Amino acid sequence: MSIDPAARAGHSDHPARVGFFTDTSVCIGCKACEVACKEWNTVPEDGLSLSGMSYDNTVGLGASTWRHVAFIEQSVPAAADAAAGLRWLMSSDVCKHCTQAACLDVCPTGALFRTEFGTVVVQDDVCNGCGYCVPACPFGVIDRREQDGQAHKCTLCYDRLGAGLEPACAKACPTQSIQFGPLDELRERAQLRVDELREAGQDPRLYLADPEDGIGGGGAFFLLLDEPEVYGLPPDPVVTTRDLPGMWKHVAIAAAGLAATAVALGLGRRR
Amino acid sequence: MVPDAEFTSYYGRPVIKEPVWRVPDVPGYLFLGGLAGASSVLAAGSQLSGYRELARVAKVGALGAISLSAVALIHDLGRPGRFANMLRVFKPSSPMSVGSWLLAGYGPVAGAAAVSEMTGILPKAGTAATLGAGLLGPAIATYTAALICDTAVPAWHAGYREMPYVFAGSAASAAGGLGLLVTRPADAEPARNLAVFGATVELIAKRQLIRRLAGSEGQSLAEPYEAGTTGAILRLAEFLTAGALAGAVLGRRSRAVSALAGASLVAASAMTRFGIFEAGMASARDPKYTIVPQRRLAGRPPGAA
Amino acid sequence: MAECHPVGFQWVMEAKARGAKVIHVDPRFTRTSAVADLHVPLRAGSDIVFLGGIINYVLGCEKYFRDYVVNYTNAATLLTEDFKDTEDLDGVFSGLDREHRTYDFDAWRYQGGEMSAAAGRRDRVDRSEAHRQVRQAGRGEAHGAGGAAAHMDPDRDETLTSPRCVFQVLKRHFARYTPEMVEQVCGVPPEAFARVCELLTENSGPDRTTAFVYSVGWTQHTVGVQYIRTAAILQLLLGNIGRPGGGILALRGHASIQGSTDIPTLFDLLPGYLPMPHVNGNEDLATYVHAESMDKGFWANMSTYVVSLLKAWWGDAATSANDFCFDYLPRLTGSHSTYETVAAQINGDCQGYFLFGENPAVGSANGRMQRFGLANLDWLVVRDLALIESATFWQNGPEIETQEMHTEDIGTEVFFMPAAAHTEKNGSFTNTQRMLQWHHEAVEPAGDARSDLWFAYHLGRRIREKLAPGGLGGVPRQGTVADEMDRPILDLTWDYPVEGPLSEPSADAVLAEINGWDAGRQPLSSYAQLKDDGSTSCGCWIYCGVRAGGVNQAARRKPGGEQSWVAPEWGWAWPLNRRILYNRASADPDGKPWSERKALVWWDADAGKWTGHDVADFVADRPPSFRPAADAKGVDAISGIDPFILQADGKAWLFAPAGVVDGPLPAHYEPQESPFVNPLYGQQRNPVREIIKHRQNPLQPAGSEPGAGVFPYVATTYRLTEHHTAGGMSRMLPYLSELQPEFFCEVSPALAAERGLSHAGWATIITARTAIEARVLVTERMRTIEVQGRQLHQVGLPYHWGANGISTGDSANDLAHLALDPNVHIQEVKALACDIRPGRRPRGPALRQLVQEYAERAGITDDTGTEL
Repeated sequence: MSIDPAARAGHSDHPARVGFFTDTSVCIGCKACEVACKEWNTVPEDGLSLSGMSYDNTVGLGASTWRHVAFIEQSVPAAADAAAGLRWLMSSDVCKHCTQAACLDVCPTGALFRTEFGTVVVQDDVCNGCGYCVPACPFGVIDRREQDGQAHKCTLCYDRLGAGLEPACAKACPTQSIQFGPLDELRERAQLRVDELREAGQDPRLYLADPEDGIGGGGAFFLLLDEPEVYGLPPDPVVTTRDLPGMWKHVAIAAAGLAATAVALGLGRRR
Repeated sequence: MVPDAEFTSYYGRPVIKEPVWRVPDVPGYLFLGGLAGASSVLAAGSQLSGYRELARVAKVGALGAISLSAVALIHDLGRPGRFANMLRVFKPSSPMSVGSWLLAGYGPVAGAAAVSEMTGILPKAGTAATLGAGLLGPAIATYTAALICDTAVPAWHAGYREMPYVFAGSAASAAGGLGLLVTRPADAEPARNLAVFGATVELIAKRQLIRRLAGSEGQSLAEPYEAGTTGAILRLAEFLTAGALAGAVLGRRSRAVSALAGASLVAASAMTRFGIFEAGMASARDPKYTIVPQRRLAGRPPGAA
Repeated sequence: MAECHPVGFQWVMEAKARGAKVIHVDPRFTRTSAVADLHVPLRAGSDIVFLGGIINYVLGCEKYFRDYVVNYTNAATLLTEDFKDTEDLDGVFSGLDREHRTYDFDAWRYQGGEMSAAAGRRDRVDRSEAHRQVRQAGRGEAHGAGGAAAHMDPDRDETLTSPRCVFQVLKRHFARYTPEMVEQVCGVPPEAFARVCELLTENSGPDRTTAFVYSVGWTQHTVGVQYIRTAAILQLLLGNIGRPGGGILALRGHASIQGSTDIPTLFDLLPGYLPMPHVNGNEDLATYVHAESMDKGFWANMSTYVVSLLKAWWGDAATSANDFCFDYLPRLTGSHSTYETVAAQINGDCQGYFLFGENPAVGSANGRMQRFGLANLDWLVVRDLALIESATFWQNGPEIETQEMHTEDIGTEVFFMPAAAHTEKNGSFTNTQRMLQWHHEAVEPAGDARSDLWFAYHLGRRIREKLAPGGLGGVPRQGTVADEMDRPILDLTWDYPVEGPLSEPSADAVLAEINGWDAGRQPLSSYAQLKDDGSTSCGCWIYCGVRAGGVNQAARRKPGGEQSWVAPEWGWAWPLNRRILYNRASADPDGKPWSERKALVWWDADAGKWTGHDVADFVADRPPSFRPAADAKGVDAISGIDPFILQADGKAWLFAPAGVVDGPLPAHYEPQESPFVNPLYGQQRNPVREIIKHRQNPLQPAGSEPGAGVFPYVATTYRLTEHHTAGGMSRMLPYLSELQPEFFCEVSPALAAERGLSHAGWATIITARTAIEARVLVTERMRTIEVQGRQLHQVGLPYHWGANGISTGDSANDLAHLALDPNVHIQEVKALACDIRPGRRPRGPALRQLVQEYAERAGITDDTGTEL
């Protein structure tokens, strides 16, 4: 059963949930998404050293990188008639805008909130940089920016959505690797693409497209050509909040036990 | 021992982000918060059973610890000036939100108890505050377990069932140890009892934690708690706790032995919190701790949509 | 293409989504290879063998599109007995003047008449020393296509069996380009080669077409033009030219570089590919027209294009009495290309230099020579968005560090003028499809930044004011006479309206001048309206029509979804908005499309004209059955089956009897610096390649010459998506700099092992010119290939870096030499020979010592590498 996160957050009469379908099979690694994002959102430059990780000098998502293109060079069995035995995977990573978002759940100030579009956004004027969201994210997306001490991440261009525009990265992507639109439409399209690639003899898989998965499905989901961990993604992430009831239960028992010792200590009078 | 499984990662990079919380601020707070909360428990119990000297020590100790905690927590914020935003909302889904409200209640109450004790003003209110702090204290000492476990940090999250008991035990052990350190043995009986109780609970809970983590899903999540410097510190803490436990019981008539045991318990409690913190950080940094358990737990063949 | 044209590459992905197969042939495995169906790694500098091998396969297995070849190419044309092929002369053609290193086209003529080129030099008149000088000027780009002059009806054998017909000559010429040779020379395994041949031929013919896409990986060689010729021959044999989904798409290296050859910034061209007049043979307008035009086809109307151009430039001052000011045009005395100019700067013959959005200290080959040239100027004007290395060479160039130059001793006065960006001015881009797209000013340029148009206009205005007889400040006094020498400048039409607070000249007004007007000052709509009596003016005949009806056609933006698949209402393509050139060839000799699915234009007999999805690149009302009278001239001489309307014989040239100075057919020659001996012929290198002989341009021994082993690896330069050319538009910006922050070289694991290079470590790369340092990326994407029984390692060098900006590093082009393609004077930076060693390079004078050591070990003298 698909959760409607915007409704759950209290938005009545909200627009259709939107998100990204990133089809990595057509990514050409141009990084227009990285640049468009930084330009639109005036995100600072965050690193000028060669990483040695193929053509990926961005290295990963963070407070000042909201789109990150991964590059993986692989040796594959060469086809009899092809000279190359190489595969170069490229994929543009982004905040998943999880249906069940751990960052949102743990944020103590309410800075992180669920928008009417079903996306997750940080309010820059509320965040006090407690950093709790950082280790809560199962994908390692959100981080605290050194320059201002606050948490930052992809907003799915909330300001552009409000004006009826698509996010900057989707607009800039020349090959339609990044597709933006209503989430259910994207999921259908993605399944067709998977079928198409399977028929062509490839081995695609959808990642975070399933509302039954550990985060309730992603507002941003992917078509990958290899295991998620090859791209730096967790194979089967579960939102930490799923286990929170159990955590509170054990906290309560332990606290009760400790309180009981107060009583026990209180019994028995001083001689 | 389950052997290390084979796995792929993206150039060995971490999958999740390690906490941005700083040392000593946050592990220090885990220790101090536990010490404060359990001291309030000790204060309440001691007060009720007439151990006035011990009650005094515990109340002052609680206030001291919680004040230092507040400094540490505010200092650790990226925007310390906005610390009050912690009380903008109350979110049960966020242990930090729950904790902020607990602290907002507990701090003043513990403060009132201590101030009343030290100045002699309003003794009845002071008693009420002591009892109030004694009620809130256990929550203060244990909610932090939920706080660190409610993350994606593998070594913490996987231990969420045991961690509250480890923290409760460690807190009690530290509070009792403080009492043993500062008070004459004759006046320290509740402290001794609390210490013995806490140390025992902590030792057992920690062993249980390690056992569960060691068996999990093909990649031992106990490894970060046992390997390297962190492992050495945690083993030392365990040794100190066990030794102090023995010392507290066997040497209960000796001031020196009791004090030494008390100091050891306090130190061990601090070391335990720092060790658990570092173990978590290490498990966040190495992708294998995230990837392998998830791959095994998924149980599905790789590549299923 | 994905690396350098990611936005354009979306159309390749679109085609792929519709079932097209993408084959990528490149020494490296790039982001294009990552999404291609087949990647074929080959040795840099060996493509003529690869393509020649495919031609041999097509001819041998009879996979050519026979009807197309017979009717639309010169396959059936007979050559004279004088012609000798590389098969006969061990690697050279007949007509080679060994002393002067030029070819005489005479021996390449068609039987039955003289041919002269529509591209390059026509040679109709002069056979003397003067003629040779003219030949050296190259002017290869003139006229765009090839053409012939006097004789339109050469002898033909439509059975294609006569031994002297082009078809048989072709077969014989390419017979040695076997799959074994491809394997040996290119390092391409037979299975991969066979697969390419199959895919190409399966996908060509009446029902299917294949497109070739290339860029400077093909042109930046001493045989660059011949690479293109080989591809053209192949595509013609397969019947892919002039057809939808076919053709050869030349990706230009820069957003509007097509525009900069159309309205040229090249020394040897006038707008519309008219040749710049030469001091020999073009003494006056009539001689020029006679020498340069053709009797048949649209070049026959050349006089109308020239006169209209002269009227655009000199307006009322240009009259029939003064040859329309033809004498005002400068004259060539040889090759004045950029590299000769640099030599002239070092030698003191060239004192001033303007650099408009160009950074030769990083972007041109042999960076040291560029900087020595800059350092010897009297004055230098640099216009750019940021302080590029060419503007600061005197301060932080590599020669300052080596102490070969000292800042205080450099006498060049450098003026840096900040330039406006494309968002800060109106104007047009002309892209690789010949399409003009207008861009609109979004913001005013900040501070002192000004557009190139502003600069050129106001500079011209101020010079005119100074030259005017009244002196400074203005309008010439009545009755006074200007110095005769100044008349070419004073007589220019220079009356563009200016607008705005910066007095920016109206780009639209310039476009209108380019489009042209008739006698009644009405905008023209076609070059067919141009006259040579002075009644029309037109700044560029191929652009005539861009402002038809007074409407800026280049500014049209009708969305693709609202028009046909040809999308003629987005922008405007020259000429006359024809989107595919030579599209008459998309229909058979009867005027019917070769197939329904590949229909583009066809003959509508009822309407009596050509119609279809595209504007027909043909005489609109000429039926397919038309055959010209024997004495017909000009456009009247084009038959109904002559799709190649700019050629005098109306056919596509498999064999180029003129116009390409280094041979009528492509032959494989090794690059200037190559570790290999040419296994195909005794002739090692292009015998007529151009070498800038200069002490700053030392060349390395090659092939089996002693010392060649000192530089055993092949280096190739290229681009990355993240940076732009010489870095002036990318290394100065944080968002691009952080994507590729450091200069690196790419090497295979085998080369890394052989030379002790570590991944993410440093390496020094050395040639005879200099040594540079780079970080190392060890990657399987650089293949070690087997060539002539040896393991060949290649070193990849992205060339974007220099000393200025956020991301800095050494410049790859400093390694390159100046041996050039003789047709177009382009540098060979795609295949160099080098050595590579681990660690950073020496600093200061020690750097020169290292280079000197290498030179000594290789035995390099002033003559090395200059042999025929």
